[in-house]
Amino acid sequence: MKGMTIIVKTVSSWVKVFIFLFGINIVLFGHLTPGGGFAGGVILAASYVLLMLAFGRQFVEENLPLGLASKLDCIGAFMFALIAILGIVFGGSFFLNFLFQKYLSGQALHLVSAGTIPLLNIAIGIKVGVSLFLVILMLSISCKGRE
Amino acid sequence: MTILFFILLIFMVIAAIIAVETKDLLGSVICVGAIGAGGSLMFLFLRAPDIAITQIVVEVLGLIIMIRATISRDLTLITGDREFFGTVVSVVIIFVIFMAGIEVFGTLPHFGSPKFAEVPGSPSELYIKNGLRETGAANVVSSVILDYRGYDTLGEVTVLFTSILGATVILRAKSRKLVEEPDA
Repeated sequence: MKGMTIIVKTVSSWVKVFIFLFGINIVLFGHLTPGGGFAGGVILAASYVLLMLAFGRQFVEENLPLGLASKLDCIGAFMFALIAILGIVFGGSFFLNFLFQKYLSGQALHLVSAGTIPLLNIAIGIKVGVSLFLVILMLSISCKGRE
Repeated sequence: MTILFFILLIFMVIAAIIAVETKDLLGSVICVGAIGAGGSLMFLFLRAPDIAITQIVVEVLGLIIMIRATISRDLTLITGDREFFGTVVSVVIIFVIFMAGIEVFGTLPHFGSPKFAEVPGSPSELYIKNGLRETGAANVVSSVILDYRGYDTLGEVTVLFTSILGATVILRAKSRKLVEEPDA
């Protein structure tokens, strides 16, 4: 039970980079093109799930250990809430888009625009990606433990 | 364009019937995937690419979990007869959904002029008109879910966080008590 055949391993070691970069692209450009934090996060999780299916669970756990994944999960959720609370500090209202209204309005249709929306997208991307990765890792571990 | 929707709808209904009726569990899972792909294509042709991306990606992850669940069991073929009443009820429900879909496609508004935005002063109208100016985001969906309706997204993140927390605690390989006291 050490992953699949060498054909699958070779192809997935080429493809994993493109899947990961596509996920990052979807997350970063969520405020300009279709997509956003949720869809991009699921794609990021899918790249790790591909590695887990092709190379076995041990390989993935060396790259992204369980403790680090849990911490990233908490960091994503905390970052989302922190940006929402910063709206109170800088603008006086929860979830206020303070960056766009006061400090860094940017230029429409460019990457640096829309204030806090890209930051919230990144937070959701980290959160959703690591969460779904953790779900599949947990299911795999529990199946292994029962055998 | 409407003929395309009917073809996709018939494809999805046939896949759903096969998924209910087939005796091979793996084939049933693959038919569920076909339904998801048809739904994603339909969202794409209805010009909702955000939902189409999310649908196809979540479908892929769900299929991976379901295929792992069916392959890891030895028995992938269902033996014995199906219950007649359950099959009839499911086929009737699928047929009713198909007829409702035909009705719905006849009443779809044109792209860019949703029914909600016809009422003056309604939130949808304000979002479509002022979305770029007030939030700076070119993607209106993104500006709604992360700026106008940020509370909903906060609730979604909280639900996901809590459920992952519960899954992580329940599905541990060893409980903490066993780690601390190996003799017990």
